Amino acid sequence: MQRDRAVTIFEKSVSGRRAAVVPEIDVPVKPLEQLIPRDMLRAEGPRLPEVSEPEIVRHYNRISRRNFDLDTGFYPLGSCTMKHNPKVNERVAALPGHARLHPLTPPQRAQGALELMWLLQASLAEICGLPHVSLQPSAGAHGELAGLLLTRAYHEDRGEARHKVLTPDTAHGTNPATVTMAGYEAVKVATDERGGIDVDDLRTKADDDVACLMLTNPNTLGLFDERIVEIAEIVHGTGATLYYDGANLNAVMGISRPGDMGFDIVHVNLHKSFSQPHGGGGPGAGPIAVSERIEPFLPRPQVVKVEGSNGTEPHFELDFDRPKSIGRLRGFQGNFGVFVRSYAYILSLGGDGLREASETAVLNANYLLALMRKGRAGKYLPIAFDRTCKHEFVLSGQRAKRELGVKTLDIAKRLLDHGFHPPTVYFPLLVDEALMVEPTETEAKETLDAFAAAIDDILAEAERDPDVAQNAPYTTPVRRLDEVGATRKPVVRQPL
Amino acid sequence: MTRYTSATDADREQMLAAIGASSVDELFSDIPAGVRLDRPLELPAGMTEQAVYERLAELASRNTGAEDEITFLGAGMYDHYVPAIVDSITQRSEFLTPYTPYQPEISQGTLQAMFEFQTSISELTGLPVASAGLYEGPSSVAAAAYLARGATGRPKFLVSRGLHPHSREALETYSAGYGTSVEDIALAGGATDLAALEAAVDDDTAAVFLQQPNFLGSVEDLAALAPVAKSTGALLVVAVDALTLGVLRPPGDFGADVAVGEGQPLGNRLDYGGPSVGFFAAREEHIRRMPGRIAGETTDVDGRRGFVLTLQTREQHIRREKATSNICTSQQLNALAATIYLSWLGRPGIVELGELMTQRTAYARERLAAIDGVEPLHSRPAVREFAVSLDAPVDGVLRRCAADGINAGYPLGHDYPEWPNGLLIAITERRTRAHIDLLADALERAVAAERAGTTEAVNA
Repeated sequence: MQRDRAVTIFEKSVSGRRAAVVPEIDVPVKPLEQLIPRDMLRAEGPRLPEVSEPEIVRHYNRISRRNFDLDTGFYPLGSCTMKHNPKVNERVAALPGHARLHPLTPPQRAQGALELMWLLQASLAEICGLPHVSLQPSAGAHGELAGLLLTRAYHEDRGEARHKVLTPDTAHGTNPATVTMAGYEAVKVATDERGGIDVDDLRTKADDDVACLMLTNPNTLGLFDERIVEIAEIVHGTGATLYYDGANLNAVMGISRPGDMGFDIVHVNLHKSFSQPHGGGGPGAGPIAVSERIEPFLPRPQVVKVEGSNGTEPHFELDFDRPKSIGRLRGFQGNFGVFVRSYAYILSLGGDGLREASETAVLNANYLLALMRKGRAGKYLPIAFDRTCKHEFVLSGQRAKRELGVKTLDIAKRLLDHGFHPPTVYFPLLVDEALMVEPTETEAKETLDAFAAAIDDILAEAERDPDVAQNAPYTTPVRRLDEVGATRKPVVRQPL
Repeated sequence: MTRYTSATDADREQMLAAIGASSVDELFSDIPAGVRLDRPLELPAGMTEQAVYERLAELASRNTGAEDEITFLGAGMYDHYVPAIVDSITQRSEFLTPYTPYQPEISQGTLQAMFEFQTSISELTGLPVASAGLYEGPSSVAAAAYLARGATGRPKFLVSRGLHPHSREALETYSAGYGTSVEDIALAGGATDLAALEAAVDDDTAAVFLQQPNFLGSVEDLAALAPVAKSTGALLVVAVDALTLGVLRPPGDFGADVAVGEGQPLGNRLDYGGPSVGFFAAREEHIRRMPGRIAGETTDVDGRRGFVLTLQTREQHIRREKATSNICTSQQLNALAATIYLSWLGRPGIVELGELMTQRTAYARERLAAIDGVEPLHSRPAVREFAVSLDAPVDGVLRRCAADGINAGYPLGHDYPEWPNGLLIAITERRTRAHIDLLADALERAVAAERAGTTEAVNA
């Protein structure tokens, strides 16, 4: 990777240089002050960089080489599903009929886009086992917010006011954060000794003030909750909704469906299970699938299919006439470019291929787990809950910390020198020194073998000299950074 | 084996042996029979790459985009030219395929790009701090409301009717969650009515929301509105069109607390509405309540300059139910596109672009106002968008223009019943004088035909 001193594009600015050449004004020119009063005009142009095109290209290409990326190496980041991003998806998303389609184009002239959305909705409905889908939410957390606002609207429609939402202590941080944003109080539910929901604790807390239980299944320990049917009964018994965080859907596509498990509302991360590239932190999309009783409250507008009459073709419309809708969560119709990529992915794999993707994801995870059970990994990084995992598993670095003096953070940083992205670390919170590993189906066996060998190397090295891992990494564009200093005196923009 | 997996039968056998399982099915034995799908998914069989391409190309061909017609459609997203360097850089694997930069040592490219985005947004808006981006425009307005609610503890938002209707609706959707009410401030002469604002703002007001230029394209008089909006301690939130800020005074100059906006015009494709990026800038005192990732500058153990995600104690993965936002995956690649675009445009370019749009918009307004049956809907200053009112059914006029290969704009009646035949027209740098002349001619013919009650068939 590129190891030069970091220089920003603003520091490369030289007065008089330019990349853009703006078209000449081809209409009769009036003094600007005549068109916009002087006190509304900016006195001096904003200090954007002044650089030529070759300098811009070189700048961003150089800084790109200070990133590790999935196309280059293994990225076993737990709960993030870093699977291969097919290149054909980029090609079809860039077709002008998609890329240059204005979101307010009248539906009759956007039939291809609406049909694509309708087909994606139908595909996700089938995969989730729930009849209705809204594609509008922009990411998983946005889908969660939609889910809780739907829950609120559903209860209010029944004349009920409920104030609490249950989340397991293994939940993604977005779950409790969403609970607060949606105006509810977050109540934690404990985990039992097998890594599932503590059903006794759930029974105690599930009263008629509970609006919803938010659950991930398989959960963030990578374990399928075997008591899911019982859990659903308890939750529904109180009149609450059951919400499925789809971050881990990649384990069960075509094998088990959230709707069949009893979930009322599901969000799907198209940037996880459905191959949308992560882009260094988005874009993604978080469509939601819901049961019949939640459907009236779905966001506006909905894409609907209108069957043809008298031999005419069916067509597609945007339905705004939804009086019980929670309304919009954002502008326009959602992250359509993401829909194109994910629909291309679903077409590529088909129903059987999706199932095979999940099977292989689980096979890969269990194989890597089997490797981790042996040798030094087995000794220093035991699995937190020793069961067959689904698409990911969680190790505890507690013994490595105690016996070798290397923390999970040190192991993660040393992995960088071995050319691997580390697993998710220090999550879920209930596992001490957690390492959460998700290999995904798109990795070859040799890659998993090499990763296991790297872990073994790091632990062997730590047995001899823990100092090495404690000060890692060494080969990266920068080494460990002063995060405390960055927070204490935040410098969040280039001074000019 | 799918083309995106590598496990051969031999691999499978070896892996199962290492696991100690006899079949892949056995790995799913913890899923109760009652919740296992006992049939294949009812989805079509997998397709070859070329078949996927052809299918998607066929769908795309049934859309009429900005490539196919001369479009004057705006209303929040605009047909600006996206330079080739944006595609080339954002398609690099190093930017396209990493996750959120949780490991800063190997994410310096993304983190530095975030820092540069924050700098550009701060410069444009005239506010000292900016986050690395949110989902898109309207949900960023709602996110600003959540900040205002937390900062003031007050229960009411005042919203100019010049705010984008989608922002207004997203704000209301979010407000239902945390229990605030939303009240409208009327327009007068196409801009926010100062007297109405003065009458409405009170000690319960958490924030006042204005848009610059507003939905009708009017440049608002922020110098007059801002002090009134802030007179009772409410925050002033300005949803601003960043691409007008080469010529317009920025919100920060008028004392805005927060400036948010839609980043699509900054180097992002139309994409039928997304993905784009929302931006969020604020006064320094709000930094610890700001939503979204923030990159900060620091040094490594060897004293080398580097960037990290900072102020993470605001965020959901640390603070959980006490977080200032639930946002996680956002729109980093679109923020990168905006960063590249703004570097490409540069200091002189953003001013020249603003002037070009202002001059062409002025020309278009004059040209259209001269048409019989077309009246200006307001006479406020404008940069790239303006509204007219037709003395003819707007839908019929639009259909006739479409038949001439022209998308004449966005009909206002759906969002503004008081202007049933209102039309919002956007003039980007891609619309030349010749295009404007074609629009004027088409509009003139269409209005005349509609007024004459012509019943001849019109292609939809």
